[in-house]
Amino acid sequence: MPRPLRSILANTPYLLITAALLFLPMVAPNDYYIQVAVFIGIYIILALSLNLLNGYVGLLSIGHAAFYGVGAYASAKLMMEASLPFSLCMLGSGLIASAFGYLIAKITLRLSGIYMTLVTLGFNIILFLILQNWMSFTNGPLGIMDIPEPIIFGYHITTRAGYYYLILALVLLTIVSMHRLISCRFGRALIAIREDDLAAQAMGVNTTRYKIEAFVLAAFYAGVAGSFYAHFIGFISPDSFYVYESFILLAMLAFGGQGNLIGPVVGAASLIVVPELFRGLLEYRMIVYGSILVGMMLVRRQGLLGGTEYSLRLRWLDEPEREIFSRGDKFLPD
Amino acid sequence: MFEQLVNGVTQGSVYALLALGFTMIFGTLRMVTFAHGEVYMVGAYVGFELVRLFYPSFFLALVAALAATALLGVLIELLAFHFLRDAPHATSLLVTIGLSILLVNLAQLIWGPETQSLPYSLLDKLDYGEIQLAGAYISFLQIAVLAVTVLLMLFLYILINRTKLGMVIRATAQDYEAAYAMGVNINRIFAAAFAIGSMLGGVAGVLVGIYYNLFYPTMGQLYGLKAFSASVVGGLTSLPGAVVAGLLIGIVETFSVELGASNFRHMVSFLFMILILVLRPGGLFGGKELTHARGD
Repeated sequence: MPRPLRSILANTPYLLITAALLFLPMVAPNDYYIQVAVFIGIYIILALSLNLLNGYVGLLSIGHAAFYGVGAYASAKLMMEASLPFSLCMLGSGLIASAFGYLIAKITLRLSGIYMTLVTLGFNIILFLILQNWMSFTNGPLGIMDIPEPIIFGYHITTRAGYYYLILALVLLTIVSMHRLISCRFGRALIAIREDDLAAQAMGVNTTRYKIEAFVLAAFYAGVAGSFYAHFIGFISPDSFYVYESFILLAMLAFGGQGNLIGPVVGAASLIVVPELFRGLLEYRMIVYGSILVGMMLVRRQGLLGGTEYSLRLRWLDEPEREIFSRGDKFLPD
Repeated sequence: MFEQLVNGVTQGSVYALLALGFTMIFGTLRMVTFAHGEVYMVGAYVGFELVRLFYPSFFLALVAALAATALLGVLIELLAFHFLRDAPHATSLLVTIGLSILLVNLAQLIWGPETQSLPYSLLDKLDYGEIQLAGAYISFLQIAVLAVTVLLMLFLYILINRTKLGMVIRATAQDYEAAYAMGVNINRIFAAAFAIGSMLGGVAGVLVGIYYNLFYPTMGQLYGLKAFSASVVGGLTSLPGAVVAGLLIGIVETFSVELGASNFRHMVSFLFMILILVLRPGGLFGGKELTHARGD
C-alpha cells in the first residue's frame, strides 16, 4: 500500500467521527441542539488553547478569558468600524489577541510560578474594567449590539447550521494544527519545559522563547474563538469575559484532563452538555463548575483523561518503524 | 483634602486587614488562596444577620463573624491544603478557585443575588454621628473601622512576635519540615494560620459591610483581588508590607477618584501589582526574592 493511503486509512476513526459530525445538523430535531453544539465548539477551541499553556508548558494561566474578550471586541470593531471582510476580521482578532499575549508573556515570564499566574488574573480584571468603563470605544456595560453576520467567501452565514459548519471547520483546524505543533520540536520543547524547566534549559531549549511563543499561540486561538463568538451571538458585553469565564475554562481542563488533546475536548463538551441536560441545573451552573473543580482536584487530580496520550489511530496500518542503529551500538543485528 | 485622606486611610485599612490575611496564609503555607474574598463576604453576611437580629450590638456581630470565618478558614485549609499536601501548587490553587465559586453561588442561593442593606432605623443606632477634625467630617463609623483595624494589627503583632504560638508559626513559616522535626504539630499550625488569616478577612467583611451598608454575594471578589494585589505589593510574606501596601492602595484609589478617574479606580491596585512584579518581584518589603512557591 502506498504511504499516503496507509496514513489516511490509519486515521479512519477520526474521519468517521468528522463525517458523523457533518451530518449532525441534518439529524438534529431543532436549532437548539445545533446551538449547543456550536457552544461546545467555541469552548473546545478555548479549552485547547488554555491547554497549550496549562497542560503542555505547565504555566498556570487563570485569566484566559481576557484573550477571548480581546478577540471578540477586536473582531466586532474591525468589522463595524473598519468594515473589513469576515475572514480578515477573524485573522485580525487572532493577531491582536496574540499581540496582547506577547505583551503579557514578556511581562510575566521574568516572574515564575505563582507570580505569573497572578499577572494573568490581573490582566483579565484590568481588561474587564477597561471594557466596562471606556464608554466611547466599547460602549461600556451595554456592550456592542448588532454585530453583522459573517460573509465567508461570498457565502452569507445566517442559519444555525451555517454557524455549525463554520465552528466545525475551526475546531478541526485547531485540533489538527495543535496536533502538528505538539508532535514537532516545538511540542517536545514545551513538554520538556513542563517536566523540568532547568533540565530543558540545560539541553539547549530556549525556555523563555518557547514560553512566549506558547503564550502568543494560545492567545491567537482564544482570539479566533472570541471573534466567532462575537459574530455568532451578535452582541458582546464585558460580562462575558470576566474571570468567571476563565474559571469555567479551568474547570473544563480539570474535568477532562490536560496535557493531551482529547482531555480538553471531552471536558469542554461535558461541561457544556451537563447543565443543558438538566435544565433545572442551569441556574446552579456555577455551583456545578465549582464542585467539579474542587471534586476533581481532590479525587482525580489529572482529570478524567489527563496524563496519558490517547489515540484512535489504527497503528497496525502504519508502516512499521524502521529501527535505527548507530555506529556506536555494540550489538548490531546481522 | 484631609477628608479624602481619612477616607483613603479607612478604605486602605480594610485592604490592609485582608492583605494581612493573605500574607498570614502565604507566609506560613506558601499557598495562595483565592477564596479569601469569599471568606470576607461570608463574614459580612454573618455580621449583617446578627446586627439585624441583635441590634445594636456591633461587637457581637464582629465576634460571631470571627468565629464563623475561622471555622470556614479551617475548612478551606482542610480541602485545599491538608488533603493535597504533596500535590503541585496549582492543584491547591484550583481548589481555592473552585471553593470561591461555590461560596459565591451558595450565598446567592441563601441571600439572593440582589444587594441587601440594613434598615436605616438600625443604622441610626450604630451611627453615633460625626466629629469635626481639622475641617474634615469624620464619622463615628470611620473611627470604629480604624480603631478595630489598629487593634487587630496590634493583636496580630503581639501574637506573632510575643507568644509561643507566634513563635511556632514563625518557625513553621521559615521551614515547616524543620519545625516538624522539632516536634511542632504542623497540621495544627497550618490550620491556625488559615483560621487567623480568615478571621482578619471576616472582620474586614463586617467592617466594610456596615460602613457602606451594602451586602451582595459578589462583594468579596474585587475586594479579595485588590487585597491580594496589596499583599503582593507588600511582598507576600511581610506583614508590615501588607499593611503599608494596603494603606497605599486605599489612599491612591481615593485620590484617583478626586482626580476624576473614578471609573478606573479599581484598576489602581492591579496596575500597582503588575508594576511591582515587573520592577521588584520581591515586593516592597519582601527582602529576598521569593519566586518559588511550594511544589514548583
